[in-house]
Amino acid sequence: MDRTDIETTTEPTTADLVRETFGEAVLDITERLGETTITLTPKALPDVARWLRDERGFEMCVDVTAADFPQDKERFRVVYHLLSLSRRERVRLAVRVGGKKPTVPTLTTVWPGVNFCEREVYDMFGVHFEGHPNLKRILMPEDWDGHPLRKDYPLGYEPVQFTHNFEEIDAKKPYAKS
Amino acid sequence: MGMLQNAVNWLLGRDQRGAWELHEEMRERQLEQMLIPTWEEGESGPRMLLNMGPQHPSTHGVLRLFLELEGERVVRVEPDIGFLHTGIEKTFEYKKYEQGVTLTPRTDYLSNVFNTWAYCMAVEKLLEVEIPPRAEYVRVIMGELQRISSHLVWLGTHALDIGAMSVFLYAFREREMILDIFEMVTGARMMMSYFRPGGLAWDIPDGFEEVVASFIDLMPSRIDEYEALLTNNPIWRERTQGVGVVDAETAMAMSVTGPILRATGVAWDLRKAMPYSVYSEFEFDVPVGTHGDVFDRYRVRMQEMRESIKIIRQALDKLPGGPHRVDNHKVAPPPKEEIYLSMEALIHHFKLWTEGMLVPPGEAYAAIEGPRGEIGFYVVSDGSARPYRVHMRSPSFNNLQIISHMAEGGLVADLIAIIASLDPVLGEIDR
Repeated sequence: MDRTDIETTTEPTTADLVRETFGEAVLDITERLGETTITLTPKALPDVARWLRDERGFEMCVDVTAADFPQDKERFRVVYHLLSLSRRERVRLAVRVGGKKPTVPTLTTVWPGVNFCEREVYDMFGVHFEGHPNLKRILMPEDWDGHPLRKDYPLGYEPVQFTHNFEEIDAKKPYAKS
Repeated sequence: MGMLQNAVNWLLGRDQRGAWELHEEMRERQLEQMLIPTWEEGESGPRMLLNMGPQHPSTHGVLRLFLELEGERVVRVEPDIGFLHTGIEKTFEYKKYEQGVTLTPRTDYLSNVFNTWAYCMAVEKLLEVEIPPRAEYVRVIMGELQRISSHLVWLGTHALDIGAMSVFLYAFREREMILDIFEMVTGARMMMSYFRPGGLAWDIPDGFEEVVASFIDLMPSRIDEYEALLTNNPIWRERTQGVGVVDAETAMAMSVTGPILRATGVAWDLRKAMPYSVYSEFEFDVPVGTHGDVFDRYRVRMQEMRESIKIIRQALDKLPGGPHRVDNHKVAPPPKEEIYLSMEALIHHFKLWTEGMLVPPGEAYAAIEGPRGEIGFYVVSDGSARPYRVHMRSPSFNNLQIISHMAEGGLVADLIAIIASLDPVLGEIDR
């Protein structure tokens, strides 16, 4: 897009409208590589999401995921990729959370389809979603310790069991015995 | 392992317990894990709690469904997934960007070209490189061939699940031809890893265009054959029409994409709606359904195969010459001839294969239209040669949730048709 194009469009962008409507709840807005990212306070997330769905036609939340930055105080960055089918537009919402029990309000009340995605984030990062109807592990076994995609969770491997080391490996795997 | 080990121990005489105690203990464990049907009192009579899968021929992989049944009627379905979880997203963080390419096909083995494509697009977005037109056109041709082959696997297994066995043999005959083309180009039939950030691994071989042209000349008549077997077959219609109905609002709220969404009447195809690559240069239609049932999903996918053939034909006609990879040697290695003659090229070659490509810090999400819906890759870079975080938005994962909406209130036999029409790939769901 040319620079002149940007200057002549009079219609406000979604990000501008969110900032106008929600004011202080919006911490940051970035436009980079053709993608809009709106960083919010976790508290305001459901209201902003509902407003985006009802007023700006974001019918779908295609994806929820997170990234772990253990050196920061609020170490988890949970991101939501929203898609508007009617306006052909994408927006990314981001919230930062930390603490002993990182908690974000659930968006299942706005888009029921984020149910599995939020369970995956809980499973992989240990971020809790307040108000989620069925928050339990989805990919890992239910009695698993730890959250694999955290940066302080080491990359493990499974030793191959042969006849010569059968006993040795068997002793290391209490969980393999049902 | 545990149960087997117990049995082995018992056979070897290490375990002093008798056979009956062991049998009792195993039965208790199976009851705990719902491996044996149990009963509980429901509102209108007894309810059966049944475990379907994980090893069930019609679950297309390792999917386990908890069922609550009242007679033949399904009251509740709850999918249990994760049996194929291999931690691919974690592995990405320990691999260089080029090495990550080989992980992408392992997720969805039926549409592996698309996974690699989306991953490469996300990395290219971060690198801010434009790939040469020849590479874009070859990507489109390979992608659309893959779409046809993926739909053929769906068609064959779908019909097989409902009991029409012969369609499977017809569908796999043509799929074999596509896999032969893939083998000709990449040397691999399934895990191709042919696309790289910045273009293609190598150029297409001589004779590629003729082989593809002869295939797309043949294919429309073969699709007619499948349709002759199924479309007006009264048994097929009976099993699919009015089964697993879902409306557009529910589908959108449940993040459903791809043919399942289009079957509800929403003409949403990323190739048309938000064109990526060179799709804006092709003429094609987006087939949609009206009822959102299993039959409409069948019609949409059959029509999509025909549209793919149209796209491949146009792409072959327009296929430009030129390089297959970007000229930026920070991203793609220089040609081998140059390495012998130029100091610069040698340095680039050495840096690229030892250090890897350095991707500027930032985050990017790239999405494409795969055979099952929107395949998205979310890549976070910290400026090093390895990604900080890679997340794959896999369509089957989101699409699977809608199974409860479709199946509850229906018959158990319809559940089989519904699973098949969702076309799930469990490797992609569990990643």
